[in-house]
Amino acid sequence: MMYILLFDFAFILQKMGLIGVIFLITLTIAAYSTYGERKIAAFLQDRIGPDRAGPFGLLQPVADGVKMFMKEDFIPANANKGLFILAPGIFMFVACMTSAVIPWGTTLTLFGANIDLQVTDINIGILYIMGFVSLGVYGIMIGGWASNNKYSLYGAIRASSQMISYELAMGLSLIAIVMMTGTLSLRTMAEQQSGFQWNVLYQPLGFLIFFICALAECNRAPFDMAECETELIGGYHTEYGSMKLGFFLFAEYINMFVSCAVISTVFFGGYNFPGLDPSWLGGLMGPIVLFSKIFFFIFVFMWIRWTLPRFRYDQLMHLGWKGLIPLAIVNMLLTGAITLWLGK
Amino acid sequence: MTLAIFITLAVLSVITALLVVLSKNPVHSVLYLIVTFFIIAAQYIMLNAQFLAVVHLIVYAGAIMVLFLFVLMLLNLNEDTEPQKSSAWKISAAITSGMLFLTLIGALKGSTIALLGAPNPQVGLVRNLGAVLFKDFVVPFEIAGILFLAAMVGAVMVGKRDLAM
Amino acid sequence: MQLTNRSKLVVNKQMTFWERIYLPAILKGMATTLKHMIRLTFGKSNTLRYPEVTKEFAPVYRGWHVLKRDAQGRENCTACGLCAVACPAEAITMVAEERQKGEEHLYREEKYAAVYEINMLRCIFCGLCEEACPKEAIFLTDRIVPSDYVRQDFVFGKDMLVEKMDQRIDITVRQMQVKERVAAKVAQ
Repeated sequence: MMYILLFDFAFILQKMGLIGVIFLITLTIAAYSTYGERKIAAFLQDRIGPDRAGPFGLLQPVADGVKMFMKEDFIPANANKGLFILAPGIFMFVACMTSAVIPWGTTLTLFGANIDLQVTDINIGILYIMGFVSLGVYGIMIGGWASNNKYSLYGAIRASSQMISYELAMGLSLIAIVMMTGTLSLRTMAEQQSGFQWNVLYQPLGFLIFFICALAECNRAPFDMAECETELIGGYHTEYGSMKLGFFLFAEYINMFVSCAVISTVFFGGYNFPGLDPSWLGGLMGPIVLFSKIFFFIFVFMWIRWTLPRFRYDQLMHLGWKGLIPLAIVNMLLTGAITLWLGK
Repeated sequence: MTLAIFITLAVLSVITALLVVLSKNPVHSVLYLIVTFFIIAAQYIMLNAQFLAVVHLIVYAGAIMVLFLFVLMLLNLNEDTEPQKSSAWKISAAITSGMLFLTLIGALKGSTIALLGAPNPQVGLVRNLGAVLFKDFVVPFEIAGILFLAAMVGAVMVGKRDLAM
Repeated sequence: MQLTNRSKLVVNKQMTFWERIYLPAILKGMATTLKHMIRLTFGKSNTLRYPEVTKEFAPVYRGWHVLKRDAQGRENCTACGLCAVACPAEAITMVAEERQKGEEHLYREEKYAAVYEINMLRCIFCGLCEEACPKEAIFLTDRIVPSDYVRQDFVFGKDMLVEKMDQRIDITVRQMQVKERVAAKVAQ
């Protein structure tokens, strides 16, 4: 009955190694996303961005990290101490957990051993991602509440109501994909899209809805209601400083990285690209293709952020509940009807 | 090994469930409840019911408890704002719940637990679960769906009270 | 009455479907930002990398004052006080002293300023002192007054104002400008 415990030691070691590598890559990408964000923002605004720390400012994330660690670790007097410290940890943990089901490639041949480039291929991968995305709210809510500051609380409530509203449309757009592919496993989905049979060609509306919801879930502009520097002085992390603030910001970039990975896998063929076999270079071609797609989407996320102004809160809710959810339901119904028609 | 994991999870779930009731701060209570849900989800995974585990997390921990937390945060209930009940209330509540507890024990004492036979280990997987839901139990499933729809419409109507007047 | 032809008639018209879903407008905006990005990537940026490259000042820039010495290294200033009188911000104070025997190589005239102070926090850098000066002793230069932590340190004495012999400050352009300006005023 207990299938999960029947694995041998070498298998566990291999998975631990993979988790370690993915964790390191995730952290590096998150760190360099901050640099990329600033550089891209600068370039879009006719500036040059950070260029002092190292060549082209490439050491800027290191400098930022050192700064974060060196700052005074301050806890407000009337804050709920335990939860105040716990909140960034929860947020970070949830952000890192999501990457476990993403297939980074087929198999990697290293020193004669075949390594499966996916931490775990559970047959409900998409639901697992939805589950952890829905848990991401807690870090924000607890952090905002434990700060004992009304602006933090406003920010937390805005952020969490935004996230639960957009989760619905996100889930509905994914249901259409699931109906079309007939699987919940991300690995199977990626395999089905070999060559140029990408899901986005069959589900353009679903992709659009999912993309908008992903922007909202990551709390990024034009949906950065949670932060609102202008009216909420930073939102839920107003009271946070030093590395605790760093954790929040870092986790947001990890969220962005993971959502880009999910978008690439679910809609844009994952590790597949027409003409490039993912098993080339001993299996390294798959990750290379997938990561180029991920970087492209990270760039699009940033590009959108530095182009569009922020939504007003009622516009945001209007778009979520009266715009995207009905659209996602229509998309779902259409997909169902068409699959039924084609299947019979 | 599996028994040890089961017992650890079971003990943890009982402890966190008790902490839900015993902690003074309502926000802490909600957080302990979320931990309890997590442990129960882990039990589902032990039973090879991954779909149930994840849906349990999405629905309970991801949606319902968020709304709970919302209300608690907006009301800002704290230890010092908790209303003090008179001792008469406390005694009567203790007697009532004690009697309910005794009744439950009395009812279960003589009964034997009927085993459902050897359970199919694959029943928790999403494909089998879907087949069961949409073939054997399709009518109850649809009725439950209609019930939810009715509840949703009712909630909207309650929310739009001034429009009905 | 129409004053300009820039006025616009306000119309509160209903947005069309394409305007309402915003997507074309969003794409248009993103194209604009991308155009800027491409222009910067393949073109030249307007950013001045400050400590390495400094911006060229306009010739009329008025900054940190200098008290000039003449060709033999004698201070021009004779402590007449005309600059202090001319100063609208009352930033200049001085104490005059008579030149002793043997100090001829230090001071050009028989009288000199023993103390000459400009309060840089009061100074409005109007340049009236250099116009008032009959001895061509004080000039405003294109040097920026450095920042400091204490107010007292902004009262610049002779150590900060008088030019050093090994670092002469070229003010010929300014000298010409001042002369022209004064001449124009006299002609009026």
